[in-house]
Amino acid sequence: MNAQTEKIDLIQKIGRTKSKKISRNKNVMTICLFVAPALLVYLLYVVYPIFATLNYSFYNWDGTTEKTFVGLGNYVELFKDAIFWTALKNNTWVVFASVFVQIPLGLIMALMLFAPIKGLRLFNSIYFLPFLMSTVAIGMLWVLMFDPINGVINLFVNFLGFENIAWLSNENTAMIAVLLVVVWQFSPFYMILFKAALVGISEELYEAAQIDGANTWQKFKNITIPLLLPTIVSSSILAIVGSLKAFDIFYIMTGGGPNGATELMGTYMFKQAFNNFNMGYASAIAFLMFFIALIVTIIIQVLESVRKRKGGYE
Amino acid sequence: MAVMKKFPLYIIALLLLVFTGYPFLYMISTSLKTQGDFFEKPFSLFSSFNFSNYTSVFEMGISHYFLNSLIVSVAAVVIVMFIAALASYPLSRMKFKFNRPLFLLFISGMMLPIHATLIPIFKLTQSMGIYDTLWALLGPYIAFSLPISIFILTQFMQEIPKSLEEAAEMDGCTPFGIFWRVILPMLTPALMTVFIYNFIHLWNEFIFALVLLSSPENRTIPLGLQDFYGEFSVNIPGLMSALTLFSLPILVVYFFSQEKVVKGLAGGSVKG
Repeated sequence: MNAQTEKIDLIQKIGRTKSKKISRNKNVMTICLFVAPALLVYLLYVVYPIFATLNYSFYNWDGTTEKTFVGLGNYVELFKDAIFWTALKNNTWVVFASVFVQIPLGLIMALMLFAPIKGLRLFNSIYFLPFLMSTVAIGMLWVLMFDPINGVINLFVNFLGFENIAWLSNENTAMIAVLLVVVWQFSPFYMILFKAALVGISEELYEAAQIDGANTWQKFKNITIPLLLPTIVSSSILAIVGSLKAFDIFYIMTGGGPNGATELMGTYMFKQAFNNFNMGYASAIAFLMFFIALIVTIIIQVLESVRKRKGGYE
Repeated sequence: MAVMKKFPLYIIALLLLVFTGYPFLYMISTSLKTQGDFFEKPFSLFSSFNFSNYTSVFEMGISHYFLNSLIVSVAAVVIVMFIAALASYPLSRMKFKFNRPLFLLFISGMMLPIHATLIPIFKLTQSMGIYDTLWALLGPYIAFSLPISIFILTQFMQEIPKSLEEAAEMDGCTPFGIFWRVILPMLTPALMTVFIYNFIHLWNEFIFALVLLSSPENRTIPLGLQDFYGEFSVNIPGLMSALTLFSLPILVVYFFSQEKVVKGLAGGSVKG
């Protein structure tokens, strides 16, 4: 009798695990089918190419004839290449302009959209426009605006009492000119991020501060900024990583010139690959770009998690 | 008193308005000038209304650029919407071992410099025999739109109540049935965001088009603009009308879907 029930128990148990197993297998199948299309495209066009780039970077290769293995030769050459260091330095300038000009400007624009003034809808729409225009079109428009003779920027320069400046063909001004355009193009993007974050801040906090007699600056410093911190951090990540990828606007406006003054890793890689057909060397630059982006992302994530653990927010 | 207090705010708002908006005014106003008008008064705004530049842009043939851009952006975005929604379903609503790593693999694509994939994709495209066709752009466009799309869709899907699914399951719905009949209809707003965000992005995409296309008849709009740049290098009003025409579709999309664009950008990026 006792043995009988035990047996039944056992059978039931086996049955249960079996059906569990079947349903789990079915589940795995379902998951695979759902994820497969996206994963396949992603593996083929994103994951595989990174490994292929790493592989190519160990060869001398013109893209068509046989590859010759050179080990770390391309990287050694790269570290001795003055142009690469210039490019890296210029990329750093883009990072600085993005983090310290673009993001604050985006914040100011977002704050203006909450100011007690009329015409906010208009301001909102127009402020956002630059982000929509294609980079190629933006580049061409601003090249014409920076034109030394017919450019409108020099009208402004003359108005301030200075001589015409050949912005884009002068080594000292080219970088500043292009960075101005970068700021113009991407500030609206950060405005949107900050706007979304500002909407989330409760009005009551400001009212309470008002009652305590806080002035506008104190409210900004003690309420707005701390509550925007997560957005500031994620904006900075986007800005830094985005700056490392910068290419289009520089390619259109200066092509890296004059005399390498605006050369970036992206433009240099492109030239080496598709103008000089140094595919191996270009792959080494490309892989370093990936590697730097990876390291920067990891560092920021680690700093973030440390700060979170310390109870910064959330 | 109140007016005085608000005065500085208006000044800042207007300065920003001029900074962001002036280049557009300059572009449109210059496109309406003749060459003579332009050299006479290069900076005057809307001093003449001459549409001859637009006719000469049309005469140079722009329809194939528009068509190419439209075909490849719409095709890529529609496929992305479908396969990103499919992938987001288990990623956001099912527990399995590789869920988190898989999700991270997808969204880490947002950080990736395109340059790191450029040469292999170039070679891959050549060996597939689709170099210099619109098919060449489809793969990279889909792949590089997946990260942000999956990010937006998984966030949205997490908020759909589980009970709906359970009810459908009890009625004997298959997992795909649940996805198709229960989840997808509820996703419409998020899918709209995915559509608009990626459409704007792909419409303006430059570097893949530059590398993967070569003949004029296959070029998309950003490359077409470069052709016009060469053609109009001395005719600035002509170039400005080309720029205006090529930017118009995206501005129209924006004005009809402002809120969606903005929501998508914010939702998709706040967490980085």
